[in-house]
Amino acid sequence: MPALCRDCHTSLDAGTRCPACRSPRVLSHPELFDLTIAHIDCDAFYASVEKRDDPALRDVPLIVGGGRRGVVTTACYIARIRGVRSAMPMFKALRLCPDAVVVKPRFPAYVTASRAIRAMMEELTPAVEPLSLDEAFLDLGGTARLHRAPPAVLLARLALRIQRELGLTASIGLSHNKFLAKIASDLDKPRGFSVIGRAETQAFLRDRPVGLIWGVGHATQEALARSGIRTIADLLRWDRRDLVARFGSSGDRLWRLARGEDARRVHPNAPVKSISNETTFDEDTSDPDLLDGHLWRMAEKVADRAKAKALSGRVVTLKLKKASHAVLTRRHALREPTQLADRIYREARVLLDQSGAAAPFRLLGVGLSDLMHEGRADLSADFLDPRAAARAEAERAADAVRARFGHDAILKGRALR
Amino acid sequence: MKISIERGTLLKAVGQAQSVVERRNTIPILANVLIEAEGDRVSFRATDLDIEVVDRVNAQVHRAGSTTVSAVTLHEIVRKLPDGALVNLSDDGAAGRLMVEAGRAQFQLTTLPREDFPVMASSEYASNFTAPAPVLRRLFDKSRFAISTEETRYYLNGVYMHVADGEDGRVLRCVATDGHRLARIDAPLPEGADDMPGVIVPRKTVGELRKLLDDDEAQIAVSVSETKVRFATPEITLTSKVIDGTFPDYSRVIPNGNSRRMEVDASEFAKAVDRVATVSSERSRAVKMQIDDDRLVLSVNAPDSGNAEEELGVAYHDERLEIGFNAKYLLEIASQVDRENAVFLFNSAGDPTLMREGNDGSAVYVVMPMRV
Repeated sequence: MPALCRDCHTSLDAGTRCPACRSPRVLSHPELFDLTIAHIDCDAFYASVEKRDDPALRDVPLIVGGGRRGVVTTACYIARIRGVRSAMPMFKALRLCPDAVVVKPRFPAYVTASRAIRAMMEELTPAVEPLSLDEAFLDLGGTARLHRAPPAVLLARLALRIQRELGLTASIGLSHNKFLAKIASDLDKPRGFSVIGRAETQAFLRDRPVGLIWGVGHATQEALARSGIRTIADLLRWDRRDLVARFGSSGDRLWRLARGEDARRVHPNAPVKSISNETTFDEDTSDPDLLDGHLWRMAEKVADRAKAKALSGRVVTLKLKKASHAVLTRRHALREPTQLADRIYREARVLLDQSGAAAPFRLLGVGLSDLMHEGRADLSADFLDPRAAARAEAERAADAVRARFGHDAILKGRALR
Repeated sequence: MKISIERGTLLKAVGQAQSVVERRNTIPILANVLIEAEGDRVSFRATDLDIEVVDRVNAQVHRAGSTTVSAVTLHEIVRKLPDGALVNLSDDGAAGRLMVEAGRAQFQLTTLPREDFPVMASSEYASNFTAPAPVLRRLFDKSRFAISTEETRYYLNGVYMHVADGEDGRVLRCVATDGHRLARIDAPLPEGADDMPGVIVPRKTVGELRKLLDDDEAQIAVSVSETKVRFATPEITLTSKVIDGTFPDYSRVIPNGNSRRMEVDASEFAKAVDRVATVSSERSRAVKMQIDDDRLVLSVNAPDSGNAEEELGVAYHDERLEIGFNAKYLLEIASQVDRENAVFLFNSAGDPTLMREGNDGSAVYVVMPMRV
């Protein structure tokens, strides 16, 4: 059976220990050198970056997340042993793990690390589809001749390189499509490398719960359970037409994924569909000044991201979560796309004023969608708002100052509320 | 109630009613038309609580009475009946059904009690005057395209009808704008309109009003208060709430120092703009105008789909100018010109441009340029 040493990348025939370097990290699989679709997922990414940058945090349980009322963004593996999970409310995490150190996310550091990893991936193949800062799909089909090594070897090298050069670890899933590659990367975390071959696909999937399928969340699981579908084996018993009849177009998707079929390609630079930002407050708030300040800062973050990506959007969305957790969203389509914080803020402001929702609020979010290239943005002026042009110029000037002297070099008074 | 009515007459009355009722409403009675028969007249009344239309027509009334029935359904039925048919409408009061008969076709429609039908409270009008239909038609037709659809600035969702000082004295003026273009149309002030309060007539009301104005000979009785406006012909009365808001001071927006004058055949201009704009499928297509010594070059450059250019002869004797506009806005203002050449008055590529018909100051359009 083809096998590979994950430390010295020697290809071997079989065995449990590498004959060259005596490492026990030997990966063997019948299809090891034939599979080309990979999913790479960094291990506890934000927490790992924090631990790397501050060695004092290395051996303590670490939670990256915001505020007393916020949620866990990432927990390190020490904290995970105690039961802390990402997306868990902070108070619950701290009850499980009172000695945890909580740090606020430092996105610029994560972005830097993420870019470095992506650059390494792009040395292997142009077909890199990032899903977020810390995970990506790679299609390594057709690269073996160029790199004089099969994909599995390239991936093992990549994992080692991420570890040596960036001080971070990643887990790799290798299979014959995206669905399975993503499942594989999660099988052996951290520092894992798992393979799901064509031959074992059906057997592998059969006894897994349907929740394993992407897009099958709580609601879908409940709907499936009502039809007696709990495992993938249950799904396999259904006729394709019956699934479609009961669950619509997603029924067809379920039918195919249950068989391990996934024809989605790895799309490099999958287009961004929306840009948004939201904040859960430390305490429910109805203070108009505070809400206004949040609204401005979020509009500014959204605008910053749009500008960084040379994008603009036509639809501004406001999201509100009331104290009762009821979520309310309001959207407004602009006549022309914008990337200006000023316009996003003003639209969101009107949406908030017209929402009719009664404060206090628990969460506030601002989003921009219907995105397009910035070349079409903010071209026409409004003569009923003659100061808009001046505000736009002021914003561009402030952006130029920030580009030179850093983000905090210049702020609107509103940002301090 | 029992009446006989000619199909054409009924269709017109019910057609007016069904366009007023709100299709997506949650109050069932608002989907209905109130039919009241008395003497030799039948009235059809419909409302969406903001607008009320009453249409009175002649009919044979065999038995006076009243009822309400779905305006859309009745309209559909009448529409499908043969031309020239005599339609009998009768209800037996107790059963809650309206019988519609024409020839050998027979329909029974459920009714709702007449008492539930909301009738708009009558109010005192501060000003009453009469205006010929063609005058009102011009005022609203030439301004309505500029009405804003933006709900965030609801006070722009209508035509601002008010009395103003025009070039030759007091005028009845209609203004509409969405912040990107503006239309200001004047008409001689009708007798008795001096004290009219300025009101914002909502978009939907303008649309309904338009149906009253087709007859060139008709005189329209107009009544205006701070909160309501009423337009009436002998047959039809349209009453509407007005938009409760303050229309912005539009006079600041209208440039008066624009000196660079371009004169062009409006219909040739509109056709050329339409042609070059074809290459771009964007919602806000920008058309670039390069103007130099009696020559106008219109161009559109759409990176994704192509580019286009067309040259037109114009009268222009000023410095060379390059200015961009939203193609749709240009088309809309150019199509308002029907008698003379369009005259554009520019300042710079960043300032509002004024357009009027010849030297006629009674219809003025302002359009904001786009960066190109």
